[in-house]
Formats: sequence, structure tokens, C-alpha cells
Amino acid sequence: MPTTELTRTSPQKQPRSLRPSDSMAGLLAKIILLGLVDAFAVYVLTVLFLQEKWTVLVLAAGVTLLINWIYLRRGGLPAKYLAPGVFFLLIFQVFVMIFSGYVAFTNYGDGHNSTKEDAISAIQLAAQQRVPDSPAYRVTIVEQDGEFHFLTTDPDGGISIGSAEEPLEEASDAVTDGTGKATELEGYRTLQFNEVLANQADILALTIPFSDDPDDGTLKTSDGSTAYVYSPTLEYDEAADTFTDTETGTVYADSGKGTFVSEDGNELSTGWKIDVGFANFTKAFSDENIRGPLLQVTLWTFTFALVSVLSTFALGLFLANAFNLPNLRGKRIYRVLMILPYAFPAFLAGLVWSGLLNPEFGYVNNTFFGGANIPWLTDPLLAKISVLLVNLWLGFPYMFLVCTGALQSLPEDVNEAAKLDGATPWKLFTSIKLPLLLVSVAPLLIASFAFNFNNFNIIYMLTDGGPRLSDTTVNVGATDILITMVYEVAFGSGVGRDYGLASALSIVIFFIVAAISILSFRQTKALEEIH
Amino acid sequence: MATQTPTTLLAGSGSGTTTSLPPQRKQSFGAWFREKGWRHLVGVITTLFAVFPLLYVLSAALNSTGTMAGSNVLFSRIDFGNFEQLFSDPNRPFGKWFVNTLVIGVITSAATVFLGALAAYAFSRMRFKGRRVSLLTLLILQMFPQLLAVVAIFLLLNFITDVVPWLGLGSQLGLIMVYLGGALGVNTYLMYGFFNTIPPSLDEAARIDGASHVQVFFTIILPLVTPILAVVGLLAFIGLSSEFVIASVVLTDPDSQTLAVGLYSYVGQQRSENWGVFAAGAVLAALPVMALFLYLQKYIVNGLSAGSVKG
Repeated sequence: MPTTELTRTSPQKQPRSLRPSDSMAGLLAKIILLGLVDAFAVYVLTVLFLQEKWTVLVLAAGVTLLINWIYLRRGGLPAKYLAPGVFFLLIFQVFVMIFSGYVAFTNYGDGHNSTKEDAISAIQLAAQQRVPDSPAYRVTIVEQDGEFHFLTTDPDGGISIGSAEEPLEEASDAVTDGTGKATELEGYRTLQFNEVLANQADILALTIPFSDDPDDGTLKTSDGSTAYVYSPTLEYDEAADTFTDTETGTVYADSGKGTFVSEDGNELSTGWKIDVGFANFTKAFSDENIRGPLLQVTLWTFTFALVSVLSTFALGLFLANAFNLPNLRGKRIYRVLMILPYAFPAFLAGLVWSGLLNPEFGYVNNTFFGGANIPWLTDPLLAKISVLLVNLWLGFPYMFLVCTGALQSLPEDVNEAAKLDGATPWKLFTSIKLPLLLVSVAPLLIASFAFNFNNFNIIYMLTDGGPRLSDTTVNVGATDILITMVYEVAFGSGVGRDYGLASALSIVIFFIVAAISILSFRQTKALEEIH
Repeated sequence: MATQTPTTLLAGSGSGTTTSLPPQRKQSFGAWFREKGWRHLVGVITTLFAVFPLLYVLSAALNSTGTMAGSNVLFSRIDFGNFEQLFSDPNRPFGKWFVNTLVIGVITSAATVFLGALAAYAFSRMRFKGRRVSLLTLLILQMFPQLLAVVAIFLLLNFITDVVPWLGLGSQLGLIMVYLGGALGVNTYLMYGFFNTIPPSLDEAARIDGASHVQVFFTIILPLVTPILAVVGLLAFIGLSSEFVIASVVLTDPDSQTLAVGLYSYVGQQRSENWGVFAAGAVLAALPVMALFLYLQKYIVNGLSAGSVKG
């Protein structure tokens, strides 16, 4: 408490005239830092304003004001010290968790990553087809600020300029050559032939709209010098909220699931993001294709974490006991060599072991098993055993160190007393040392369980989750744990990315971890009381 | 421990095998084995288990045959061909990955230490409403690793890319920002404990002499807590150098990737062909981290067990 008094009162007690001189540098630093933060904030706010992102704009403005208030007012000292860390914590730890919760209730993912308006214009742009009797527009490719534009001359000699972002508009002041083709325009740089060649892919992909309405059609070029008119084969009817195929007459209507669907069930590939309620969760728990794998993955996650903790602890404790002899020669050498695996970066360990256990060329099969073709990483059961073995290699040194520390801190007199009473070494260990040891080590065991529960690196680097399960189309394997499954569903190379389902799965993990944490807190308290 | 000189240490290890000791002690072999011999046996077996994968990587790195099959006889040939190849592949810029990992790691861990120290100072030296609750909240929050929210982090950065491109996807600065979300949490808790061991009478004396709270923080507290700052910073660095999930999602351009992401791409598809070059990369990537780790060994163990037992 005395600190508080000082913090609050001493600045005011001092004569005012003295204060500025000794904190001049500090004041200056504060003004400069706050100025930089504000300058950045103004920049961000301007961009947000221009992009019309109102919700974020209001939030960002609020945060900026709050930061200024914290640092400009008198007092409120703790906030000044806590604000920087808390700022990042709130955005990149707390907010992203809440946001995961939100995404879990949407269909966010490949083909569903924007608003309905964006989806409609994307569909119109994608479904462009060359108009059969299109006139040929002569084109010069020009560039401004790194963006390519078409400088076009239509068959009647009219000249316009446009890019993928800005629809064509008239540019009558362009310089033309003898044939009437526009070749230069002020403010733009005309590309040389070799530059056109170098950027061929980008230029061929350009779609220049005639106006803001995609129904009016677009210009595309296939050679960099002539462009033809393309028009959408799908026409959007705003009143009915449907797309109509101009060739076949098929009508695609809003399905209510973030896509346009025809009557016979054909879906347009581009959809939009909608809230789907508990659909992702019900999908995870009832869809045959996902439920089975999810159940197996969950069971394996628990098994993996539990066996990892127990095996590393058992070996670590055994070794700690074996080397807990004061006059054992070479103890320090053993110790240093044995903790090397713990010091080795975990992601590299996974990769290195995947080489060691490679069935055809690996060291283990070729040297220890005389060239036998044992499928260490490709047989479901052996792969699980391999993962556990490698995790034992990685984890036992930590448990060894921890147990050694805990053993050495046990009171010596208890041992002496037990020995005098004639206890055997085994009895001494099981009924005296182990219970005492568990008091200090139990929290670490729980922490280790929580860590292994999300031990992404070892699984991903060693087996990549494989071997793949055969009874499902989801890209999930026999050694996948929940967190690698989340990664696979969200960013995997197999089927399309499904952020909604992935987030729903991370929410499930979140609750499991929360349960473990609560357990750990209770457990720690209970054990301390015993002690 | 400090009294043992290197020479006796070496002598101890040299004779640390099962046969050389008994005659000197005039003890029966059986009794010796029951008391100490089996411990040496266990020690030798475990050491082999612990060390052989590391020897294997080292041997593969030094063997420029390059394939996995060719590196199965340990240290059959020794040359530096793999290392030369490692630094000469423009599609897999190992040198850049190394520098990137170093830069991202150093900046992030320095910022982590600073943010953590600021918070620990507030928690340790000031009394305010919600102090206990905030400490507890930090402790609970750090149980949820950031990688659980990797999808949301990706989407958030995707949004930031539209607003401030140099802080969004593909940007190392963006990645550092994400990592700083985990700057408080366990670090603050470790530092808080250490800050509490510095007697408050020191800052009070300084304040009576007219020092401001900022001056107390920078000139009195920080120099006294340097050990914990170093440990937290180096631990953060070691952790970051192995971080794969978030880095792989944020950094897409090979030139901006870190060692974890880059080296994975080396063996991701075709593990056996690039084996030698990968091994060389693995050796170079692991050496600094292992050196740091062994150097810090004592602090790490003490810190880990002390921190959790207190919690």
C-alpha cells in the first residue's frame, strides 16, 4: 500500500516549477510516440472512410480516442503501463477467439467469402462469353501507377480508356497514328511490345467493363492488340433475385444457403457468406462423412496426449531416480547428452524422424531391421506407435529435468527415517517419494497434457496426419489430432477450404481445453491442501 | 557443481563405462552393478536413444550423396557439398529464411519482454481496482494457444490487407503483430514474481529523491530484473523459431518465410531426394537454438517448475 500513496501524491506535492525541467525528455518522448500512433491512426481511419467500412471505422476511432485519453490525462498510471500489451492481447488473442466463435456459425469458406452483392457481380464477370458478331476494337496497352489500362479505338474511330477497376470512358485527346488508332494518352505510359509479352498472363486476364452495370458487357483481348466484346451469359433479374441463363433459359434462384440454385439442383459455383446457425456443429456431429472421422480423431487426440504424458513422465522419473546418486561418475555428461532432444527444435525433430522411419530408404529399417520394409508411417497402428515413440524421444528429457529437480528438493530426513524403519527402496519410492513428488509435479503434468493436446508440429511434420482414412472423403488420417484436422479443413490442399467448419471444430477444442484448465486449477488447489 | 573442473569431468566420463571401476574399489562386480553399474547401463542406452537421430542428421548433412538411401552409413564420407547447395538454390532461399527467422524472432521477443515488463511493473508496484482479476484473467487466457484461432487470425489479416497492405497477409510485420498478442500471459506472470522480489523501499527512496515513475522503471527496476528479462526473451525466441502454423498461413512468399515454413517445404513433397540438403539446413537451423537452450538450461528448468508450482 505505501507504494500507492507515493504514486498518487508525490507529483502533486512537488513544487510545480521543478517538474517540467526533469521530465522534459520524457514529455518529449511521450509526445513523439503518441504523435506517431495518432498519425498511423489517422491514416487507417482515412482508408477505412474511403472504403466505407463504417463499423470498423467507429471501432478504430473509439480505440484511438481511448489511447489518447489514457496517455493524456493525469493519473490512471496502471493503465499507461498496461495499455500496450493489452492492446495486442485484446485484438490477437481475445478478439480472434470471439471471431472464431462467429465464423463457426457461418458458411465462410471457398466460394462463400464475401457479400451477396459481390457474389452477384463476380458471377456476372465470370460468366462472360464472346459476342458472336462482336466488332473488333483496336487496343493499346498503357500503364498508370502499375495498373494496366486499355486504350481502345472502336470501329467508328471513337477512343476510350478503362481498366479492370474503372469502366471505359471517352478519351478524345489521345494521340493517334496514321490509321486512326490511339497510341498514347497523357498521364499514361504506353507499353512496348516486349513488355506486353512479359506481362502476357496479366493482360490476357484483364476484363474491362463498359459501364458499372456488368450486364452491359466487357472487353477482353487475346493478343494484346485487338479486343472483342464479351457479354454475360447469366443475366441477373433484380426484382426476382434470380439469374437466367441467356442460352438455355435455366433460372437460378437464391437457395437460402448462400448460393443460387436451379430447379434441377445445379449450383452456381460462386456463393456468398451467410449465417447458418448451428449447421456446422450439426454437420460435424451428424454427417456420416465427418462424424466417424471426427470421433476417431477426438479419441486419438486424447489417447495421444495421455500416453505422451504418461510415457515421458515414466521414463523421466525412472531416469531421474537412476541418476539421483550423489557420487555417480559421468552423471553430468549423461545429463547433457540426454537433454539434447529437448533442445532440438520440435518441427525439425518431426521431419528428421520421418526420414529415419521412411520404409524404403530410412535408417531404422535399413540398419536396425536389415532392410525389412516395415511401414512405420503408413500403417495406421504402426504410425500411431511411431508418433508416440517420437514424442517420447522429444519429451522425456523435460520430464527427466523436472523430476530430478523435484526429487532433489524432497526433504532428506523423511528418507532417513523410512530407511531406519526398514523400508525397502521400492516401498520408500512408492509410498514416500512418489506422493511428495506428485504434489509439485502434478500441475506440470496437466500443463503437458494441455500442450500435447494441441501438439500440431510433431503430427504435421512426422506423418502429416496420415495414413489417410479410407471411409471418408474428408482429408483426415489415422494420426490426425483435432488441431491438425482444423488446419486441414481450413487450409488443406484437398477439398475446398471451409472456414466455418474449421472454426466450429476449434470451438470444440476450445471447450475441451477450458475443461482441462478448470480441472488443473482445482487439482492444484486440492494437492496444495494435502501438502 | 562449480567446483568440478573440466579435467575431472572428462576423466569421469572416460571411465564411466561398466568395466574399469570395480578393481579399484575392491568390491564384487555384482554389488557394484547393483549399486551403480545398472545406472551406467541405463545411462548409455538412453544416451544412445537420445543422440542417434542427431548424429544421423549431422552425418546426412555432411554427406553430399544427397539422397536418403545414401546417408544410411553414418559418417561414411564428409564434405560440405550439401551446405553449398543449400545456399545456392534461388527457389529456396535458405539464407533469407535464416535472416527472417532471426529478425522476426529478435523483434518479437524484444517487444514481448518490453510489453511484459511494463505490465509486470504495474502489477507489482501499483495497487488498482481489478488487479487480481486481471492477473487471473491473464493466467487463464494463456491456456488457450493462439493456434486455436488460426482461421480467425487468417481472416482478420485478410481484412487488414485491404486497409493497410503492409500489415496484412504476407507481411512479416503483420506476423510479429499477431505474435505480440501472446506477449502478456505467462511472461507477465513470471516477471511479476521476479519484480516482487525487488524491495519496494528502493523505488520509494528514488521517488523521494524526485524521480518520476518512468525514471524508477527504467533506471532502477529494469537493471535489477535483467536476468528474468533475458530468460523470458530467450525462451520467447526459442519458441518462436519453431512456430509453424501461424507463420505458414501468414507468410506465402518464399522470400519472406521463416525456417520452419521453408524447411518444411523442402521435404514436404519429396522427402527422400533432397534429404542431404535438408539435413544441412536442419543442422544450421538447430545449432543456434540448441546452443541457447543448453546455455539457459538451469534457468529454464527452475523457471518452468517454479512458475507452475506457484500458479
